[in-house]
Amino acid sequence: MRTMGLIQTSRVKSPWILHFDNSSCNGCDIEILACLTPLYDVERFGMVNMGNPKHADILLITGPVNRRTARVLKNLYGQVPDPKVVVCVGTCASTGGVFHNCYNVLGGVDKVIPVDVYVPGCSVRPEAIIDGVVMALQKLAKL
Amino acid sequence: MMIKQFLFVLVILVGAPVVGGLLFGIDRRITARMQGRYGPPIIQPFYDFFKLLGKEHIAVSRLQFVWIYGYLVFMIASLIFLVMKSDFLLLVFLLGFAGVCLVLGGFSTKSPYAHFGANRELMQILAYEPVLLLLAIAIYAQNGSFLISEIFKQDKPLLFTLWPLFLAVLYVLTIKMRKSPFDISTCHHGHQEIVKGVTTEYSGPYLALFHLAEWYEIILLLGIISLFWTNPLWVGILIALAAFLLELFIDNITARMTVGWMVRLSWSVGLILGIINIAYIYYTKGVS
Repeated sequence: MRTMGLIQTSRVKSPWILHFDNSSCNGCDIEILACLTPLYDVERFGMVNMGNPKHADILLITGPVNRRTARVLKNLYGQVPDPKVVVCVGTCASTGGVFHNCYNVLGGVDKVIPVDVYVPGCSVRPEAIIDGVVMALQKLAKL
Repeated sequence: MMIKQFLFVLVILVGAPVVGGLLFGIDRRITARMQGRYGPPIIQPFYDFFKLLGKEHIAVSRLQFVWIYGYLVFMIASLIFLVMKSDFLLLVFLLGFAGVCLVLGGFSTKSPYAHFGANRELMQILAYEPVLLLLAIAIYAQNGSFLISEIFKQDKPLLFTLWPLFLAVLYVLTIKMRKSPFDISTCHHGHQEIVKGVTTEYSGPYLALFHLAEWYEIILLLGIISLFWTNPLWVGILIALAAFLLELFIDNITARMTVGWMVRLSWSVGLILGIINIAYIYYTKGVS
């Protein structure tokens, strides 16, 4: 393992998260918010839920992409400064899930923007979300 | 003598952000504990800072970067005024200029969120600036000089005669630290809300500069509070740290108030306390 520089160490220690809901049923969104509660308290790893794409490092995306949100998602992805990673939270965000053959749904998030980590589950447990973000951080450390 | 002063300023310039960052780390940890969470490591603000330095520049408007540098430079300048024991009145004006730079930075973009934040920052300046000016006048009334070095020559601490203004300055500290109930122009907790305001359009290294300026700012404010007890200075520093902890406590037990409420309360309570204080000093000492 090579030694990491100051900025790279800081990247791993301070992931700021942007949460975007495409057209999710809200199940995964509730689980993401559960990560912030005192029980899981992701702030101890420096993770902060940002509301502003310009401040974020990690995109947590829930729900299948539909024709409306595809444009918004591309826009948000463009606004996040590099280096950034994308984490799909839930089966719908990963593949389209139960909505995959709806007339208005394009499918998973990877149909629109490049995805780094898939976290399947319906809905995802908070432990799995934290695990997914840690995997994303390992990827971020190598960027 | 000159070299000694230069080195002293250099030590302050390097040391202030380190201490300020640690104070913000302690703030985050204590806030987390009060909310029943574990909280991030104390050096978390430094991780955030270096991460932001390594991120991509995204230019929204070129002028915006001039203003954020202005905010930082004026903040450092007023801190140098404090440690060189220079003129307190000029320090207050420099602090005002720093605030105005932040406001102009918000207005230099086209984002409505940044404009909202800039408007609110302007209201905050309107709320705290008169109180600080009254403090300068009261120091003049007490010592016959605006110089901070004159405060250090007095045996009797300012706190004994200026305690009403001390209360008003505690109020200003809440506004300047952007803590509840006055976290109005930007806030350390409400990341998804409109109160992110002035920082909305800053990203990457420029957001890091904003944080750096905030670290200088906290040291400057605690320094101003410690002026109330300069002989010996360690009592003043202890008072400042107690005020800091009090702010964290207030931050966690109160909700956010509206802009109008802040200005009204600051002008009614702060200004009346200040004016009565100055009038009393002149009444006891006589106008010369």
